[in-house]
Amino acid sequence: MANTSAAAHAAAPEGSRRDFLFLATGAGLAVGAAAVAWPLVSSMAPDADVIAAGAPIEVDLTPIQDGQIINVFWRGKLIFVRKLTGKEVTDMKAVPVSALSDPAAFDTRVKNGHDQWLVVYGNCTHLGCVPIGHSGNFEGWACPCHGSQFDAVGRVRRGPAPTNLPIPPYAFQTDAKIRIGETGGGKAAA
Amino acid sequence: MTMTLTRSTLLAAGMAALLLGGAPASAEDAHGGPIPERVKWSFAGVFGRFDTAQLQRGFQVYKEVCSSCHSMKLVSFRNLGQEGGPNFSAPQVKALAATYQVKDGPNDAGDMFERPGRPADTIPPPFPNDQAAAAANGGKAPPDFSVIAKARTFSRGNLTFLYDWLPIVGYSEQGPDYIHALLKGYTEPPKGFEMPEGGHYNAYFPGHIIAMPPPISDGQVTYAKNDKGEPVVPETIDQYSKDVSAFLMWAAEPHMMDRKALGFRVILFLIVLSGLLYYVKKKIWSDVGGEVHGLQPELHKTY
Amino acid sequence: MSGTASTYVPKSRVAKWFEARLPIAGLVHSSFVAYPVPRNLNYFWTFGAILSAFLGIQIITGVWLAMHYEPSATGAFNSVEKIMRDVNYGWLLRYAHANGASMFFVAVYVHMFRALYYGSYKAPREVLYILGVVIYLLMMATAFLGYTLPWGQMSFWGATVITNILAAIPVVGDTIQTLLWGGYSVGNPTVNRFFSLHYLLPWMIAGVVVLHVWALHVTGQNNPAGIPIKSGKDAVPFTPYATVKDVFATVVFMILFAWFLFYMPNYLGHADNYIQANPAVTPAHIVPEWYFLPFYAILRAVPSKLGGVILMFAAVIILAFAPWLDTSRIRSCNYRPIYRQFMWVFLGVCLLLGWLGSQPPDGGYVLAAQVCTVYYFAHFLVVMPLCGLFETPKPLPGSILESVTGPGKQVGGAGVPMGAAAAPTTKG
Repeated sequence: MANTSAAAHAAAPEGSRRDFLFLATGAGLAVGAAAVAWPLVSSMAPDADVIAAGAPIEVDLTPIQDGQIINVFWRGKLIFVRKLTGKEVTDMKAVPVSALSDPAAFDTRVKNGHDQWLVVYGNCTHLGCVPIGHSGNFEGWACPCHGSQFDAVGRVRRGPAPTNLPIPPYAFQTDAKIRIGETGGGKAAA
Repeated sequence: MTMTLTRSTLLAAGMAALLLGGAPASAEDAHGGPIPERVKWSFAGVFGRFDTAQLQRGFQVYKEVCSSCHSMKLVSFRNLGQEGGPNFSAPQVKALAATYQVKDGPNDAGDMFERPGRPADTIPPPFPNDQAAAAANGGKAPPDFSVIAKARTFSRGNLTFLYDWLPIVGYSEQGPDYIHALLKGYTEPPKGFEMPEGGHYNAYFPGHIIAMPPPISDGQVTYAKNDKGEPVVPETIDQYSKDVSAFLMWAAEPHMMDRKALGFRVILFLIVLSGLLYYVKKKIWSDVGGEVHGLQPELHKTY
Repeated sequence: MSGTASTYVPKSRVAKWFEARLPIAGLVHSSFVAYPVPRNLNYFWTFGAILSAFLGIQIITGVWLAMHYEPSATGAFNSVEKIMRDVNYGWLLRYAHANGASMFFVAVYVHMFRALYYGSYKAPREVLYILGVVIYLLMMATAFLGYTLPWGQMSFWGATVITNILAAIPVVGDTIQTLLWGGYSVGNPTVNRFFSLHYLLPWMIAGVVVLHVWALHVTGQNNPAGIPIKSGKDAVPFTPYATVKDVFATVVFMILFAWFLFYMPNYLGHADNYIQANPAVTPAHIVPEWYFLPFYAILRAVPSKLGGVILMFAAVIILAFAPWLDTSRIRSCNYRPIYRQFMWVFLGVCLLLGWLGSQPPDGGYVLAAQVCTVYYFAHFLVVMPLCGLFETPKPLPGSILESVTGPGKQVGGAGVPMGAAAAPTTKG
């Protein structure tokens, strides 16, 4: 058959020069096709505008009352800023770390010297719903979707959520002002 | 034969039409003005690159002169720090942005407020809206400058399109050439030219009546001196116009250098690949005695 | 299509299992591997492959652009600029799409000229050819809709002018216009629905392309000699012979594309389209994209609105009647000494019409456009029928092979088996 004979011809050991030519051309075509994919994939990444809009934001803490939770957005993500009451601080410090499914001591949940202030991402670590504040059995949040419960410093205490509510990068500018998206010393978060 | 007669008549008519249309490729463009001078831009051609120092000077001219009337709504401060652009350092960009007041809000009380600019902000426009811009400028809003270098062109004749796209002889810098010529194009109107109230004569502006008064004069902008305290470039209208035109070209096409650099590699790759493919094809076709070339193979064959 | 399917024999057990249930490998094999190709095809026959490549390029870049584009009167212009400025390689996607459209038309015009020159529209390929005209019409609609999307001045006024053309249709014109606009003028609803339609039409093109290729594989390809494949020696299998030639030609064509994309990206567009749409100001010199210019010239050549519109559409539709307007028995212009010259004059007239379409509608230009318009239609309505009746064709070669090598000469290579080669002609 003609087509198979042609194919056989192409593979015949007529000369390695011919094989090399075919190989180099095939490789060239493959590289070309692969190179085309790069801009397509790259264009789907966050664009320069989105990245620039993700610059750190400042939050003034003075209007926040004891026990109050406020919502802020950074890079389009919901963040809870919560002022813990004295009782909540005491209660949370008393929780034995070993009893937690995602063990985290109280000090790791707040910034040093700012025991009253909790800053956490506001989406449940299970599947991303927003937990409801001041509900559940642990002075914290309860997620309406699948029943996960978090305590007053956002540690998971019950339900399918695998980890504690994560803490975004932030730093205290003064005692009454934080900057979210910055790790301190003016460095922007990655 | 009637058929051949019809054909030759029509052919003659067609030729006549071609000559008729093709003839007036004179030195005057369609609007009856002179053709802008072709400036030797650093960014023209296959290896064209923006001159960073020129873009920085151009931005200075824009900031100190043009920006009082012309907005640049699509350009952000952060762009000024981009590679392949004016390339200001990050602290310079931050400091520059902070000198502007940007409207933001609403805040928690529901009010709009002003704050210092950030690199992510776009350059604030001089007027809150087009109506305000028009009202402040005799009824005509000054155009936005973000893409103006691509939005302006001129015709050099009816048939230049045949070669303007070609390598080496090609020409695609009409925009900056026009802006440069326009800024230098303010002259006294010719005798008998009727100038309406608020109009200014410009040789290069379509129709010659431009609402914008001559925007810049020699020595108006003070450029930074070099280490010895000498001027790097002359502080003349010609130089200002070149610098601001280059800056506007960059603003309109901020990725031009990336584009040209990538294009060079892509075209080189395609040429090599087509060379390889040509030989592959030749080898493969040699199995069946070679292939036929030409539009009309029976005219080329050698018996 | 099924004529040569039997030549494919799956080797592995999995392939056999699958082939018994969905014989797609056999279909591909018979269409793109074993398919017999006349051995005398020249480079004009590579433009089908080039066009397929551009349909792919346009669809892919278009889908990616749609991820960033915002179809609204207030957002469209800025979102296009955002693509150009902020999206990674956004400039590449947009310039590839815009210049890709132009290259698509360059290729389709070469393809169409080839069909007319070599008589590819003649029996038994009428349906194949008419499907091609349908694709061309869909391409024109898609290109027009796409050009409105950046919502610059030319977009806006192009949309206004073209939708006003439709208003010339008696009785239903105004209704069609209002339905297209979604309002009382070109505005936000218009750009929104034009985007939807611009996204829809390419898939319709792809569908008709499948039919076009199907029809091609039923009748077999025409060739520069215009005579059917008579023996296996007249043909070579599609793969590797036509495949490698198509790939080579496509890559060479991509060099032209890349030149425009990377170095002259705005050359084929209009500067005015970088000014945001403004319903209060019409650009001084409004012209369509270059590929519509011949039709635009025809439109303006007629002093009546309805007449111009009818003639403009007729100029495209008349292409579909070529199979019946041409009375010659001979397909290829290579053997038609008189009609061949008319073909080149016709090409010249089309190019001239294009150039006239770009010029201002003043006296001399309009007159020339009128002369050219008359010639354009005369080519189909007078030259085509009469040439076939009066022309004495040159003697046709005995076979495709003979047209390549001369009578009585032999060449190496096996060609394709007679059975496979004969299939398309017997089908036709």
